[in-house]
Amino acid sequence: MALPIDQRPTLLTMSHVEKTFNGDVVALKDMNLAVNEGDFVSLLGPSGCGKSTALRLISGLLPPTRGKIAWDGGRNADDLGVVFQEPTLMPWATVAQNVWLPFRLKGVPYNQVRDEVLEALKLVGLDKFQNAYPRELSGGMKMRVSIARAMVTKPRLILMDEPFAALDEITRFKLNKDLLALKAAIDCTVIFVTHSVFESVFLSDRIVVMAARPGRVIHELHVDTPYPRDEDFRTSAEYAVHTRATSDALREAIGEAA
Amino acid sequence: MSLTETGPVPAPAIDEEEAARARQDRINRIAKWTLPSAVMFFTILAWHLYVTINDIPHYVLPGPVLVAQSIVNDWNLLWPAMVLTSRLTLLALLFAILGGVTLAVAFTQSRWAEMSFFPYAVILQVTPVVAVAPLLQIYVDSAFVAALLCAWIVAFFPILSNTTIGLKSADHNLQDLFTIYGASRWQRLRYLAAPSALPFFLGGLKIAGGLALIGAVVAEFVIGRAGTGLGLASTLLEASYRFNFGRLYASLILISAMGVVIFAVTSTISHLMLRKWHESALKRD
Repeated sequence: MALPIDQRPTLLTMSHVEKTFNGDVVALKDMNLAVNEGDFVSLLGPSGCGKSTALRLISGLLPPTRGKIAWDGGRNADDLGVVFQEPTLMPWATVAQNVWLPFRLKGVPYNQVRDEVLEALKLVGLDKFQNAYPRELSGGMKMRVSIARAMVTKPRLILMDEPFAALDEITRFKLNKDLLALKAAIDCTVIFVTHSVFESVFLSDRIVVMAARPGRVIHELHVDTPYPRDEDFRTSAEYAVHTRATSDALREAIGEAA
Repeated sequence: MSLTETGPVPAPAIDEEEAARARQDRINRIAKWTLPSAVMFFTILAWHLYVTINDIPHYVLPGPVLVAQSIVNDWNLLWPAMVLTSRLTLLALLFAILGGVTLAVAFTQSRWAEMSFFPYAVILQVTPVVAVAPLLQIYVDSAFVAALLCAWIVAFFPILSNTTIGLKSADHNLQDLFTIYGASRWQRLRYLAAPSALPFFLGGLKIAGGLALIGAVVAEFVIGRAGTGLGLASTLLEASYRFNFGRLYASLILISAMGVVIFAVTSTISHLMLRKWHESALKRD
């Protein structure tokens, strides 16, 4: 998967996408972004910069006011997995039943996909908890279940909306590392919304910096450090260089908005 | 830098604090049953003493002994009456569940249905059933059906309103997730809205159980034994006409007992259905 970014095949293209709420609040203005297969794209910016709106537009939950979002080769129902800021599990269902949901909604009985469900749980390290209910799990474990559910159908694209923002730092670091391993394991594309410079540099190979009022893209940075990246990357000189460049870009985004 | 591992400290078999805690637990467990029983015992004793010492005539306030005698002696009369009132109550509750849930589903599936009919459900609820019962008696041929309608009107609203709120209360992100995965209307109702509504429905069921009994009693009072046969409430009313206060109190106690049983059963059902996942059923240490 180590193709350079500019040689990867295109997955989806956003061209001149604009979203206006209530007629005059511009949430997102003229966004152009080509996402390639295998990219790990972070959308980074202050609140109100339209990064979550961009995610909802890509997921199809919101129609754009203007512009177009086109998937290369069209989009199927199981091309997409989503992870929200909260784990968003069904409290009345067991861990395995929660992960089964994407299949269940396609009418596939559990017995037919038991292997897939258990494999996804194994990848996030929770196969022993398949019969537990969400309330019996910690916040980090719930988020792992949510990630397992998003990837159980092996989608082409996974959208993540600040999934680790509510977790403590130790859990967040662990999940960052595991997420990279998972992405490599199922070979998918990730669009990751965050407001953390450090998280975006550690995870992504493309960082799209956005500014607010109106929400728009102002910079794109590339982190060319090859995967797999481990904890040592966080303390490397290379990491420091990238975080500085990203911080500068973010400061510009915030400065412009103020 | 090296970290020294501290070995496990041998715990004392049972320390004083632990013993005290265990003792407190035991006391609490026993008190939970003994205290209310003691209150009941002393209330009945006080009642008995008050009646005997002051020589209160039994048509003003019968003593507990007389009431107990009535329950035993009139059992052949009271038992069939209780069966009859129970049947009216349970049927009313059953139809309240069917009607309430069906309407709630219709309301949440169609905004037009809700706009059109919800105000009338409210009007039905806020109109005192005592005022409606005589009309029902006039317009409905079968007095039993009239009594049933009467009890149903009282019982169905909490189920309707609770279930409606419950069906609408599903987590928004989960709803989005269902949209992304292309869930059908039916899947959405069955896998998302219905389980979300379950705790609300069960709360409504507890209220409706008590209200169905109240509705049945009111129906018996207003529509009378002509239609419903001799239920507990009719027995109570008749006993009061005859100044048979022992039987009156006996009927009253049995009606209360029915209410307690209904509450216990609906609470148990609710607990069993929610204990695995819902916050309300969780034990906290």
